[in-house]
Amino acid sequence: MLSLNNIEVIYNDVILVLKGMSMAVPQGKIVALLGSNGAGKSTTLKAISGLLKPEDGEVTDGSIVFEDTEIQDLDAADIVRRGIFQVMEGRRVFEHLSTEENLIAGGYTRKDRQAAKRDMQQVYEYFPRLADRRHQTAGYLSGGEQQMLAIGRALMARPQLIMLDEPSLGLAPLLVREIFGIIQRINEEQGTTILLVEQNARLALDVADYAYIMENGRIVLDGTPQTLKDNADVREFYLGLNEVGARKSYRDVKHYKRRKRWLS
Amino acid sequence: MEKFLQLTLTGLTNGAILSLVALGFVLIYKASDVLNFAQGDFMVVGAFITYGLIVQVGLPWPAGILLAVIFAVLMGVTIERLILRPMIGEPIISVIMVTIGLSSLLRAFVSAIWGTTGRAFPAFLPSDPVNVLGATIGADRLIAIGLVAVLFALFTLFFRYNREGVAMRATADDQQAALSMGISVKRVFAIAWSIAAVTAVLAGIIVANIVGVSLAISFIGLTVFPVVILGGLDSIPGAVVGGVIIGLLQAYMAGYTPSYLALSTVIPFIVLLLILMVKPYGLFGEERIERV
Ligand SMILES: Nc1ncnc2c1ncn2[C@@H]1O[C@H](COP(=O)(O)OP(=O)(O)O)[C@@H](O)[C@H]1O
Ligand SMILES: [Mg+2]
Repeated sequence: MLSLNNIEVIYNDVILVLKGMSMAVPQGKIVALLGSNGAGKSTTLKAISGLLKPEDGEVTDGSIVFEDTEIQDLDAADIVRRGIFQVMEGRRVFEHLSTEENLIAGGYTRKDRQAAKRDMQQVYEYFPRLADRRHQTAGYLSGGEQQMLAIGRALMARPQLIMLDEPSLGLAPLLVREIFGIIQRINEEQGTTILLVEQNARLALDVADYAYIMENGRIVLDGTPQTLKDNADVREFYLGLNEVGARKSYRDVKHYKRRKRWLS
Repeated sequence: MEKFLQLTLTGLTNGAILSLVALGFVLIYKASDVLNFAQGDFMVVGAFITYGLIVQVGLPWPAGILLAVIFAVLMGVTIERLILRPMIGEPIISVIMVTIGLSSLLRAFVSAIWGTTGRAFPAFLPSDPVNVLGATIGADRLIAIGLVAVLFALFTLFFRYNREGVAMRATADDQQAALSMGISVKRVFAIAWSIAAVTAVLAGIIVANIVGVSLAISFIGLTVFPVVILGGLDSIPGAVVGGVIIGLLQAYMAGYTPSYLALSTVIPFIVLLLILMVKPYGLFGEERIERV
């Protein structure tokens, strides 16, 4: 459904951030994109959704193909209309708008008002808490509710592919479970393909069908969650597990501690 | 008491017009962070175009006003497209300079066609005196207040229930997030400039109807700065409240203080200084935390 072929992204004409990044997202699956802070995960999503331009970023090489069309030169509105919706990092709800108005904004590209109305009911079914707060100003919702609203906004556009940028960021573990459960339900019930960016590798590997690990602007490893969970490097660096009985030098431990910041 | 009432009515009329012009200013600022220093000149252009259409072309006044409104929409879209859009990403001071340039350009355009002397406007609103609780006021002024109230009600509905209206508020909140849901920010800017032009043109016509057409109408545009600073640059209710307060203050100063002090002209700017000292974001403005 979506493939990135050797793409290169440069910010401000000089800062090379993605260096030959390739990955594929098959129809109907949940694909996780993992990696530490600054690896280029958000940049990858913005390259796909056309949101690089306002940040003075540009895809300078390679191609992004969505359903047989190259989309790397299209603008953001066009890409949303084609069925890709990015839920940005940090939730980014419209703080002065009510919950319901946020959802209306999410459905901006919809032509069929009646169908959009039904989808709004659907959002409220997935997230009953949003229904209770439909007329409340979004800025006053809790972090978890704002994340739900951000996902609800995506559903309003009825996309084929939803890209979620760190939906677990800053949320309590229980809430994260709940939200990930709903992401799975959306995937199963609506058939929506999901591209999930996470620093929380353990969580993401639990829900994904396939995962990519990126470092420093390119993919360094990919596989099914099981193969990745069995991989020694992944266990150590991304899951925080050591080989049983393995002795670590101090340098390794320090290395490990430094890496540990992005583990859950 | 009768004098007070009289002054209050006059003040409300002026305040309503100020609010209308301030609305456009606030909309442009909310949507695109641009301070439009040409807002008062939109009024002048609107008044003269309407004058031209009715008096010189000989159109009936409803047609003249309708055409002037259409012209305003085109003017708003064109200015946004040709002048402001290329300035996206430039320092705010450059953008302000551009709108000041635009202001001179519009004045030059008007002077070139109609000269610099004022003319009588074909008044289409009746100006018969009307008795309100013992005070008398021209019917045109009462109608002006009513018109502005209706316009504000329409805009409130637009921003609350219309999809483009909601999209505009969304864009004002978080431009990138708005882009991410397929909202065309360019379109939002164009709509903001069009509404600003239309409201200013309508305000220009209303003022011209009361005092005649002249370049001096744009002086009201200057008074709009105190209004929006008082109300809050990013607040639509602030535009209304600010407009009414300044309008009333001007009327009371004109009625109760000796005219050689010119306090009615100066008072808006005294308010401007005071508010900047004690509440720089205005009565309803949001304190912005600058993120880097
Ligand atoms: N707008 C930008 N301008 C310049 N550099 C940027 C910009 N956005 C991100 N970067 C840089 O690109 C790299 C990758 O960032 P990002 O894609 O946000 O990583 P991640 O989402 O994996 O944490 C970082 O080194 C970051 O500093
Ligand atoms: Mg990121």
